[in-house]
Amino acid sequence: MTIYDSLEAVKAELANCMKCGNCQEVCPIYIEEKKEAAVARGKIKLVEAVLKGDLEYTKGFEDKLALCLTCKACNEKCPCGVKVDKIILGTRAAIVKNRGLHPMKKMIFGTLKRPGLFNFGIKTGGKFQGLVFKKHKSLHGAYPRFPFGLDLRRIIPPLATTPLRDQVPEVVKVDNPVKRVAFFTGCTMNFIYVDAGKAVIDVLKKNNVEVVIPKDQHCCSMPIIAHGDAATAKEMAKSHVDIFSKLDVDAIITACGSCGLTFQRHYLELLEDDPEYYAKAQKVAEKIIDISDFIVKVIGLDKSKLGPLNMKVTYHDPCHLNRGMGVKSTPREVLKSIPGLELIEMKNADRCCGSAGSFSLTHYDLSMAIHKHKIEAIRATKADAVVTGCGACIMQITDGMNRFDLNLPIYHTVEILAKSYAAKEGEKEAKAVS
Amino acid sequence: MLAQNILDELKKIVGEENVLTSKEDMISYSFDATAAMPSVLPDVVVVPENKEQIVEIVKLAGQHKIPIITRGSGTNLSGGTIPIKNGIVLSMLKLDKIIEIDAENLTARVQPGLIIQKLNDAVAPYGLMYPPDPGTVTTATMGGSVSECSGGLRGLKYGVTKDYIMGLEVVMADGSVIRTGGKTVKNVSGYDLTKLFTGAEGTLGIITEITVKLIPAPQYRRSMLAIFDDIDKAGKTIADIISNKVIPATLEIMDNVTIRTVENYAKIGLPVEAEAILILEVDGNIEQIVINEYETVQKICKDNGAVEIKLAQSDKERDAVFAARRAALPALAQVRPTTVLEDATVPRSKIPQMLKALKEIAKKYNLQIGTFGHAGDGNLHPTILTDESDKEEMERVEKAVDEIFKIAIELGGTLSGEHGIGMAKAKYMEWEFGKEGVEVMKKIKDALDPDHILNPGKMFGGN
Repeated sequence: MTIYDSLEAVKAELANCMKCGNCQEVCPIYIEEKKEAAVARGKIKLVEAVLKGDLEYTKGFEDKLALCLTCKACNEKCPCGVKVDKIILGTRAAIVKNRGLHPMKKMIFGTLKRPGLFNFGIKTGGKFQGLVFKKHKSLHGAYPRFPFGLDLRRIIPPLATTPLRDQVPEVVKVDNPVKRVAFFTGCTMNFIYVDAGKAVIDVLKKNNVEVVIPKDQHCCSMPIIAHGDAATAKEMAKSHVDIFSKLDVDAIITACGSCGLTFQRHYLELLEDDPEYYAKAQKVAEKIIDISDFIVKVIGLDKSKLGPLNMKVTYHDPCHLNRGMGVKSTPREVLKSIPGLELIEMKNADRCCGSAGSFSLTHYDLSMAIHKHKIEAIRATKADAVVTGCGACIMQITDGMNRFDLNLPIYHTVEILAKSYAAKEGEKEAKAVS
Repeated sequence: MLAQNILDELKKIVGEENVLTSKEDMISYSFDATAAMPSVLPDVVVVPENKEQIVEIVKLAGQHKIPIITRGSGTNLSGGTIPIKNGIVLSMLKLDKIIEIDAENLTARVQPGLIIQKLNDAVAPYGLMYPPDPGTVTTATMGGSVSECSGGLRGLKYGVTKDYIMGLEVVMADGSVIRTGGKTVKNVSGYDLTKLFTGAEGTLGIITEITVKLIPAPQYRRSMLAIFDDIDKAGKTIADIISNKVIPATLEIMDNVTIRTVENYAKIGLPVEAEAILILEVDGNIEQIVINEYETVQKICKDNGAVEIKLAQSDKERDAVFAARRAALPALAQVRPTTVLEDATVPRSKIPQMLKALKEIAKKYNLQIGTFGHAGDGNLHPTILTDESDKEEMERVEKAVDEIFKIAIELGGTLSGEHGIGMAKAKYMEWEFGKEGVEVMKKIKDALDPDHILNPGKMFGGN
């Protein structure tokens, strides 16, 4: 029995909570809302009430359980090691089972499940987005022209006219490869931050790594898990397990904490009671590695390849990359190794940016209230660029800069690395010319 | 359920968004950090933003005789903020400002909803600190810790909350507002109302402003961990340290059950055969004195037959030393579903006797009791590991708790060193104060809150 099939499965997790309230210190939502139901122990109390029969699966219960970023700050703080996100995700699945899925979500998730349709929709969107979005003058984004369910104050990044996976071959070959890896692009790199996706491939190529980019990959399903549609998520998990276990690769590279974590942990949770798929999923999960970890820990960062970049940057830790996948030091190692680049740590770099994917759509004001702390922390560093390791964070920080009046470029860690490689190449070429 | 017109009045006072009534919200305000307590759902949660609103709320509640349960972060361990009669939960979290830091007079004025650590962060640049250091320092509010008079790890040298509260502003049950104490170190005018409201657990008034005493923060500190194979040796060590005129900032003890549980949980290399571990820290503003004290403490540990002494030379090693102590409660809490944590306190010299008595009680009632706590100030935390859903075992737990308090008082101690009475210990009050003593307190309560609208059922039990 998985946590997504029955609330009974989270009972052991619930029992570990002693209601000490230490979670209050770190919960970004509680810090804004200051209400008990907004913090982990309050939500745990509500789940217990449902299990005891003191509370029904009410709309109110659904709304309270929606108030979680799954940023895992409480997990880390909890003296008893309660895995709060597990309780939240399991309960959301139970809510969907008892209350059904909102028709809008049903439609969206149905599309995500059918990659063909989703790709078509997003590609069409890429061509016609100028009709509905007005470009922001300097930030990489645009304001919606019409209020079609999006907040008019927010800026949405433009969709790529041609998605990443349509721009690159399915296998990127190199001479004498040292490793062969698969690249799970994730939606943000495929449809929005194509340059970052290209930088992943570029960096791997520069390190003599052959890259397979399966065409039939699709959304990792994190947004679907987060909204409790366990049935759809299971189908998607199986599909990815099939796609990636067929490949003869040494590793599967992700460049987004949420995608990586979904493969690493959530697929296993989803497929726990399916021994055949579970075993396959485990093999896939073992191969998942974030691009920074792969370069630093597996390949080894070759400093002779790094050219100078004269910039002051600050690094934001994406929650799922840091607390989820445990990737915290390698992105910093990459940045600190680059000559001329100065890394200025911001205050609370590992505090959630408030995006939590679709949370920023469903709870825009709260999401931005949480985000304001991030922007102020960035501003205080006086850095001239922001670096992070997750597309959703990049989207959120872009929007936040527009709202809170800051205008800095935002890069994925791997883009900075690719720039540094290019700077070295430039140096060599300049030498060759002279 | 409150009548709609009362809810409407409340909304008029604090605004619609600050009045919560959904069942989900009521459930989430029906508990605090105390295990195995009775509770009911409140009727409404009201979140005022200023004193004037509180006055209006109190007047309205008084008029309709509606209970008010004042609540900060709800992290107390005496059931002090759990509603046992319906009514209004008054959440103070929006009154969270530091009004003033007066470095010249070494004082600060704060609102009750301020988190304790935020005060410490704000005064640190002045080289000052607010010493009370409860385990919940990063979550608990100033108002809550004043109302419960919380203690912490630094009690031995620096005292507890009441030693740092110089003045208060309080909304009384009739809606009048009083100010007590002030900024002066010396103040003997009238009855000491500041002390009366400190530790009153929200039963006498609602604190809306607090004036605290600050002290220069110590610049130097040294920590160590000493392991003993015999409780008496650990007890003698504690006594010898004090009689050698060293007052450590921290002097913590963990018993064998706790050591085993912590080691099993955190795997930090504690000897599971040890009968007691002492964790010590000396601090001060003159380095040489701190070093001298540190060496004295080491010598005393050795002379008393400590099996092993681990010295912390760096902040990192200090963290490792304290990690063992910090892991005590969470580790114990993992063992069984319910953790009943007490804070019976005895004179420091009686610690070995108390530890032995606890061991016997555990044996007599066939219960798992892990004990750790602030040995330096006699404040122990016998922690019963049990299961709320096991009725028969809970009866044994109740009997064991009775005996723990009985022995604590027999040894010249008190029911509560730092958690407060709340509901959890209300029934034992006469043991400590006698009928007459409790009667005096009840007279004070009746005089200040004749309709018993303020936090009913706490301190004296009943309604």
